[in-house]
Amino acid sequence: MNWVNTILQGVLVGGLYAMFAAGLSLIFGVMKLVNIAHGDLIVLAAYVALIVTDGLGLNPIASLLVVVPVMAVIGYCLQRGLLNRTMGDDILPPLLVTFGLSVILQNGLLELFSADSRRLQAGALETASLQLADGLSLGVLPLIQFGLAVAIIAGLHWMFYHTALGRSFRAVSDDPRVAQLMGLNNRHVFALAMALSLAIVAVAGVFLAVRTNFDPATGPARLIFGFEAVIIGGLSSLWGTLLGGILLGVVQAAGAELDPGWQVLAGHVAFLAVLAFRPQGLLSRASR
Amino acid sequence: MPEAALLEVEALDAHYGDFQALFGVSLSVGAGQVAAVIGANGAGKSTLLNSISGLIRSKANAIRFRGEPIGTLSAFRVLARGIAMVPEGRRLFPSLTVEENLIIGGQFKRPGPWTLKRVYEVFPILEERRHQASTSLSGGQQQMVAIGRALMSNPALLLCDEISLGLAPIVVRDIYAHLRGIVAGGTAAVIVEQDIGQALAIANTVTCMQEGRVALQGRAGEVTRADIQAAYFGV
Repeated sequence: MNWVNTILQGVLVGGLYAMFAAGLSLIFGVMKLVNIAHGDLIVLAAYVALIVTDGLGLNPIASLLVVVPVMAVIGYCLQRGLLNRTMGDDILPPLLVTFGLSVILQNGLLELFSADSRRLQAGALETASLQLADGLSLGVLPLIQFGLAVAIIAGLHWMFYHTALGRSFRAVSDDPRVAQLMGLNNRHVFALAMALSLAIVAVAGVFLAVRTNFDPATGPARLIFGFEAVIIGGLSSLWGTLLGGILLGVVQAAGAELDPGWQVLAGHVAFLAVLAFRPQGLLSRASR
Repeated sequence: MPEAALLEVEALDAHYGDFQALFGVSLSVGAGQVAAVIGANGAGKSTLLNSISGLIRSKANAIRFRGEPIGTLSAFRVLARGIAMVPEGRRLFPSLTVEENLIIGGQFKRPGPWTLKRVYEVFPILEERRHQASTSLSGGQQQMVAIGRALMSNPALLLCDEISLGLAPIVVRDIYAHLRGIVAGGTAAVIVEQDIGQALAIANTVTCMQEGRVALQGRAGEVTRADIQAAYFGV
């Protein structure tokens, strides 16, 4: 029963990792941009949620109504004002700029909020759980988190294959030059993708901040978890991203069960194993 | 030259970094007219079309459409004005189905006769294959999608870049038969071709390019094959 519990908890944490990864996967899929600042943007969302919950007295879950649109606007402006200027055939300039953005975000947050750890309080929801069997219970908050992760991935998948926006994303991803000839403003489409990515980041940031302490230096580790989930699942495969997040969560939970010190290491080993034996990831784009 | 030109290209230069690809190219296309642009590989034909379509920026007044300067406009704004392009090599979106490729060509929904239904009437095979991946079609069918995709924006001017490239002669004849029908409907065209025979058969004017410059220009019926060969090969 202990191992069943371990695996289930890992699956639920994997939902959060999938949320970290979904935005990364979306951005890479649409514009081949590896956003090094992704983890710091998750932390930025957590701080925005902190301001909203403190300022408006909202529950962290309710704060999503404000944090999600705020982050989406930040994403649109970030892409239109900065990242679009670096986009081109060479992937290095956007990589370097997002690395610089990561450093600026960390230092900016440090300046504004200090290095103190913060956490969002969700009240009774934090400790609420469902008893499935003796010694086996699932937290309501992780369940909501996992359900949202599945809903986000399913929503993204539906949007990609059943809406005009998704069609634009795929066209720009396939051939940005010809997409312009068909009337698509690539800069606007890229900015919409970044807005959507940061809307997902906002959800991930809020759940991160409820689940654990955060500080301005928390971002890079979230980036690594998100990156690992994307690679394990398969680049540009949304369902693969969910699978990657879940596998990462389960492997980390299993590692921690064997020895608490192995939790993060076990995830890294799984990531390396996938890179070595199936570098295209478990679900490639073709098998969507 | 036709009166009341729809498209006027005047003293157009184009550069790729330090390399100059076009030197003072001028061209005029009237409403409903077809201009053929021919020349050997590297003559600057595709660069000319890329400049007109907005993929390569130029000086504003170097390209005018309906009298308005468009040389500095982005490709999507040029399309909105009424210039659509069938790019060399078809360049369909592989992750989109046939129908999605067509729909995305109609982003701006300019008013006009071309709708999805009309494209399917002209190219019935595409309706049968509408849910297939565009890359699963034959070369000729892919070219039909590329032409249909460009028509979906209801352009006043169609830019066709090497539409016979890589296709069997019988397929090329079929594609050009469709193109004649499209032009007869009032859509003007600039056709870049290496198949001189097909281009001359449909064109009102012909421009022969060599090393980025216009080597010969005139009405299709007035330019002799000997003139063209001389200009084409630079002899």
